[in-house]
Amino acid sequence: MTVGISDLAPLVLGRLTWDAIPFHEPILLWTFVAVALGGVALLATVSYFRLWGVLWRDWFTSIDHKKIGIMYVILGLVMLLRGFADALMMRLQQAMAFGGSMGYLPPHHYDQVFTAHGVIMIFFVAMPLVTGLMNFVVPLQIGARDVAFPFLNNFSFWMTTFGAGLVMMSLFVGEFARTGWLAYPPLSGILASPDVGVDYYIWSLQIAGVGTLLSGINLIATIIKMRAPGMSLMRMPVFTWTALCTNVLIVAAFPVLTAVLALLSLDRYLGTSFFTNDLGGNAMMYVNLIWIWGHPEVYILILPAFGVFSEVVATFCGKRLFGYASMVYATVVITILSYLVWLHHFFTMGSGASVNSFFGITTMIISIPTGAKMFNWLFTMYRGRIRFELPMLWTLGFMITFVIGGMTGVLLAVPPADFVLHNSLFLVAHFHNVIIGGVLFGMLAGITYWFPKAFGYRLDPFWGKCSFWFWVTGFYFAFMPLYVLGLMGVTRRLNHFDDPSLQIWFQIAAFGAVLILLGIVSFIVQLVVSYVRRESLRDTTGDPWDGRTLEWSTSSPPPAYNFAFTPRVHDNDTWADMKKSQYLRPQDGFIPIHMPKNTGAGFVIAALCAVLGFALIWHMWLPAVVAFVAVLAAVIVHTFNYKRDFHIPAEEVARVEGARTRLMAAAHV
Amino acid sequence: MSVLKRFRLLLVLPAALLGGCNLVLLHPAGAVAAQQGHLIVVSTVLMLLVIVPVIALTVLFAWRYRKSNTEATYTPDWDHSTQLELVIWAAPLLIIIALGAVTWINTHTLDPYRALRRAGGARPIAADTKPLTVEVVALDWKWLFIYPEQGIAVVNELAAPANVPITFKITASSVMNSFFIPALAGQIYAMPGMQTELHAVMNSQGDYDGFSANYSGAGFSDMRFKFRSMSAGDFEHWVQTVKGGSTALDRNGYLQLERPSEREPVRRYATVVDGLYDAILGRTIGGSTKVAAGAHSESNSRAGNNLVGDRAAGDSPGARAP
Repeated sequence: MTVGISDLAPLVLGRLTWDAIPFHEPILLWTFVAVALGGVALLATVSYFRLWGVLWRDWFTSIDHKKIGIMYVILGLVMLLRGFADALMMRLQQAMAFGGSMGYLPPHHYDQVFTAHGVIMIFFVAMPLVTGLMNFVVPLQIGARDVAFPFLNNFSFWMTTFGAGLVMMSLFVGEFARTGWLAYPPLSGILASPDVGVDYYIWSLQIAGVGTLLSGINLIATIIKMRAPGMSLMRMPVFTWTALCTNVLIVAAFPVLTAVLALLSLDRYLGTSFFTNDLGGNAMMYVNLIWIWGHPEVYILILPAFGVFSEVVATFCGKRLFGYASMVYATVVITILSYLVWLHHFFTMGSGASVNSFFGITTMIISIPTGAKMFNWLFTMYRGRIRFELPMLWTLGFMITFVIGGMTGVLLAVPPADFVLHNSLFLVAHFHNVIIGGVLFGMLAGITYWFPKAFGYRLDPFWGKCSFWFWVTGFYFAFMPLYVLGLMGVTRRLNHFDDPSLQIWFQIAAFGAVLILLGIVSFIVQLVVSYVRRESLRDTTGDPWDGRTLEWSTSSPPPAYNFAFTPRVHDNDTWADMKKSQYLRPQDGFIPIHMPKNTGAGFVIAALCAVLGFALIWHMWLPAVVAFVAVLAAVIVHTFNYKRDFHIPAEEVARVEGARTRLMAAAHV
Repeated sequence: MSVLKRFRLLLVLPAALLGGCNLVLLHPAGAVAAQQGHLIVVSTVLMLLVIVPVIALTVLFAWRYRKSNTEATYTPDWDHSTQLELVIWAAPLLIIIALGAVTWINTHTLDPYRALRRAGGARPIAADTKPLTVEVVALDWKWLFIYPEQGIAVVNELAAPANVPITFKITASSVMNSFFIPALAGQIYAMPGMQTELHAVMNSQGDYDGFSANYSGAGFSDMRFKFRSMSAGDFEHWVQTVKGGSTALDRNGYLQLERPSEREPVRRYATVVDGLYDAILGRTIGGSTKVAAGAHSESNSRAGNNLVGDRAAGDSPGARAP
């Protein structure tokens, strides 16, 4: 028996044919052309300036938590552009498609756009920004030199990045899911969604999910085991506390997502019946499981933002944080309660009144610690000396915006009210209100706050203020109309409308989206302008904001080893305490510092995982097997790498610290 | 003065816009939806008790304690006050206790599975009023309404007499949808192989919008129908008109209808084959097996109890094909 090429082709290529390339969709084709040209230009620039070596040695293979943190934030910002492009397209479609007009996006495309928007914004914008900030800040705040498992950190980052890469690839090879961001079966089952869209969804999230879970474990170990001497749990900075709670949530919640997506893949690939309509399957189980992950997920995102605001308020009010202990307890209470509320996402699925009431009331209870936090920030401002620098502006924008979103959230937690508001644009307005007003403002506050620490110069305030005001007004213009539309009974994810009286509200919302676009553009301009003006924005002190926590005690940017000597902690605002007691930097007596070594293994293994994912998406069984074996092989090879650490010599430490001493002296003159 | 004027314009403009639109959730015609709308207003007012002071204090403190205001007191080390902490935990707690009580009571009285006791306002339901039963099937992408007592069925049109309680029994053919008529009552999911229920009453006559409130695929946006509330006499007349037609809905007709299609016109069926709804619910319609016995016999059973996955073992896996 001979095996011809025609027999092998399906094993190698699976479902992939030329039809998968969207030549027939002009929007996608032109996007592809633009992306390809941009990509080629980028690659050419990197090659022209001979940056490949630098990128690979100093960044891609880096296991320095600071560089990984920065790369996470860059990933989040790049993906923000993609996710926001989707948002603009949706707003435009909904503002146009009235009366007889079907708009410019047919359902086949539009449904992918809103699915991709949700997936990208949560998994590949909010998560990388949160993880990036935690990665960068937490070790510095607790006086550590790196995270507990530096290699794992690099690997986690690349898993997240390659997951994002798969989602991006779906734009041009095949298509993305048309199911909504949580891909409820039976719609995401093989009968209703036979194409590759849902498979892209599954495998990009599975790959990125591994990264998220590992980074969660990593940061918990770091916070528990690597705090500077004297830093008891109740002396940890609040951001570190929120990071700890968030990572506990990640470790407890993400395996559920992994499991539920695995079950969905079994249904789709092997014909099992976990969530099918027949043979004992039950789609309600999927809805429960995905929200048991999904609800903690929103607290995974918001808690670090609360942490950022706590740091920012204390710093820019020049005061100790009011009610540190109650802030910590509030965070822990939210962490626990976030597991007891998932059913509020589907009151309308037919549970009994007592079950619905229970979950409605537990949801409301979360607003108590959240309210307490709000008052704590408020009373930190009370009798302070408030400097309205950018991070503080974002915080004030948050405080006013977030309470509105919190209020509509509690309203949605009242089951009978939810029966009419569920799935409406009111709901869409609510969660954008808390995610933009809370998570995003928090991340932007954090980025502007810690930027000088990461790069050694502050961000230009003028363009930052432009960005701030465009974002805030844009948010109100974009989402207040959606509250109104929701009260008019308009449901979400509609492609076109009949009632012409709704159109004005969608047009206002589209105008708001344009304002947000200006906010994003201003932010990019801010980055460029700040880079150009970096000498005049330079921070030579390492403490540009008169900060209160340990990260401000080292130089900006910090040396590879963060701290020449591990600091001792006597108070929860350690650096403020050190400044008050006339702390003197040690000038000599340096010793060699033990550090982990860079490795390309994380990149390689993650890249192979992405190949495996791609092969599975397209049913390319032969490449899938090969990629799977290659992943195992790469992992095993990596375990034989014994050259994992090195020492920074004492002379090198002395040289770096000496340079800083001279810089600070020069700044003082 | 001109600043004030401009400010007033800013306030008036959205108010004028709002005045021009129909906030159906806050002013619905149906008694159930009206109570739900009322609850939205009550809850919002309750929460504004704490939200408004927080926003006001934020603005006030930000202004009063700005750095340039050297008159203001500055206490850099003040970070604790037991009394204040008690207040900031107690204030939200009290609001939530009140709201929680409101929630518990209303979730039970407005449970969609609970038969109505009043036909709107304080009017009790007359002892001799027989509620209308409608069996609802969400199809790709249209609505099938079966009137078991009248023996008729309609696609994408729902007629009912005003002031008569309606019992909806709801299922779906393939994917999840949500059955929602905002002017009538809150929504509830329509899920294949499971049955949900909704009790409601419409208290005025007229045509109202109904649609699917859960995204269900490509034709979802046009999955709309008119809910026509009419007088008892007009309803009787409407039933007779439908009965006077010649189209019958049998199993083959249903299998034709079930296929995905968009923007279906209204279709009326003079007769419906016996047990059609049960067969759809039991998911035996496409296969060769009989209607699963007792698939939805208990009228008060919840969606979760109505799982029919463990039905007839003789079912071939081929039944999965659409």
